[in-house]
Amino acid sequence: MDFTWTSANAIAHAVHDGQARARDVVAGALARISARNPALNAFTAVVEQRALDRATAIDDARQNGKPLGPLAGVPFAVKNLFDVKGLPTLAGSKINRDRPPAAADSPLIERLEIAGAVLVGALNMGEYAYDFTGENLHDGPARNPHDTRRMTGGSSSGSAGAVAGGLVPLSLGSDTNGSIRVPAALCGIFGLKPTYGRLSRARSFPFVGSLDHVGPFARSVYDLALAYDAMQGHDPDDPVCVDRPTEPTVPRIGKGADGLTIAVAGGYFRAGAFPEALTAVERVTKALNVTREIDIPEAARARAAAYVITATEGATLHLERLRARAHDFDPAVRDRLIAGAMVPATLVNQAQKFRRWYRDRVLTLFKDVDAIIAPSTPCAAPMIGQNTFLLDGVEMPVRANMGLYTQPISFIGLPVVAVPVPLTPLPMGVQIITAPWREDVALRIAHTLERAGVAAAARPAI
Amino acid sequence: MPDPLDDLIEAAARAFDLPVEPNWKAAVKTNLQVTLRHGAHVAEFKLPDDAEPAPVFAA
Repeated sequence: MDFTWTSANAIAHAVHDGQARARDVVAGALARISARNPALNAFTAVVEQRALDRATAIDDARQNGKPLGPLAGVPFAVKNLFDVKGLPTLAGSKINRDRPPAAADSPLIERLEIAGAVLVGALNMGEYAYDFTGENLHDGPARNPHDTRRMTGGSSSGSAGAVAGGLVPLSLGSDTNGSIRVPAALCGIFGLKPTYGRLSRARSFPFVGSLDHVGPFARSVYDLALAYDAMQGHDPDDPVCVDRPTEPTVPRIGKGADGLTIAVAGGYFRAGAFPEALTAVERVTKALNVTREIDIPEAARARAAAYVITATEGATLHLERLRARAHDFDPAVRDRLIAGAMVPATLVNQAQKFRRWYRDRVLTLFKDVDAIIAPSTPCAAPMIGQNTFLLDGVEMPVRANMGLYTQPISFIGLPVVAVPVPLTPLPMGVQIITAPWREDVALRIAHTLERAGVAAAARPAI
Repeated sequence: MPDPLDDLIEAAARAFDLPVEPNWKAAVKTNLQVTLRHGAHVAEFKLPDDAEPAPVFAA
């Protein structure tokens, strides 16, 4: 059986029902990684023996009549900033290669494996997650499965490329300013950035603690929900992770969008958008009968504040590494971090004060609407090596500006499902943004769009 | 007239022990200009004196 484009849910059902052995599913994934990764450069490490042993244990459990989890036999991989027992946690860097191997898996890996999923490896990413391109000086660029000359987007570059390229049906990434939503858009798959504090970041390498989120990528909304539900739950090892009951979304995603009030973001979220971004948003709003346009107040300033906090917190994190090993950084990352170390604290404090003001204003919008639609990126995947693009007629750096529409949202930790809109020749992404802790509503809307054929992970011709 | 940002970069590099080699300076300056421009955009927004930063410490 060929599981290249099979959903995680279908794989788990096949394993449950005895139509497929987990070992065969995992061996198939390992074979695809071996065959396709030279072209896609999504993986930086493959844990073959671990994966085969784990899959065999699942088959044995079934044979012995033991219950299997909802992700039984599903191969998955993680951005290489998650701790994987026995591997150094690279976080896309050269410097971290000198770290000792991680002593234990990240709790999200543990939770997915409890649900029956099988870790097969670690994935390429932008250095220290300070990236929207997917280019990496040390490991080479991750390549977009829809056109390998093009960027995957970043910083969760391999996480998106591996799922879009059919290597695995499920992966994990992180999102500080858009690093799940941007690559999900450019690679044409689904991504979930949950509410800030919902999923544990313990035993993952940080970037900007006050903005860092983690979440899944998949080719279907159901798979996103399955993975999200398996990973929910308090973790005292992450001080940001909230002690809040789990709220399963799988039972709710099929409820449809009837009765929900949905608006589209205007103003800032249209300015600078290329025609393909506007087309993608229009397809989504038309399918959902959205007629209301709202203004997210001071979104440009929110993005500016996120930019300042990112530059300075990132510089704080890496200060000693900059002093000791500046030459071992990617210069594009190093020079941004050095600049971040020179920004006055007054501006950072003001950005954090503005953050609270902005949060309060945006939350009032959710008294009238259940969800807000906005583009994920201003344009489709640029060419690898492309340094600039024209935004509103002004030439701007790609690396810093692909997150134009994602930064004002993660700045206040709102949950977002990024849905792919299969345009030709390249896919685009649209954000479905909801109030904190309402991932279920965003997933319901995404599922509605998927059933209508408006949102879909298009299979690349590879 | 010398650009005060060049002076800031040189002084900060020395005072804070930050490595800024001569051929890195232009890129550091560009990045600092962009970040300060974003910071100024935030700073010009009037907030009340009692505005609290987003992270609130709990004892």
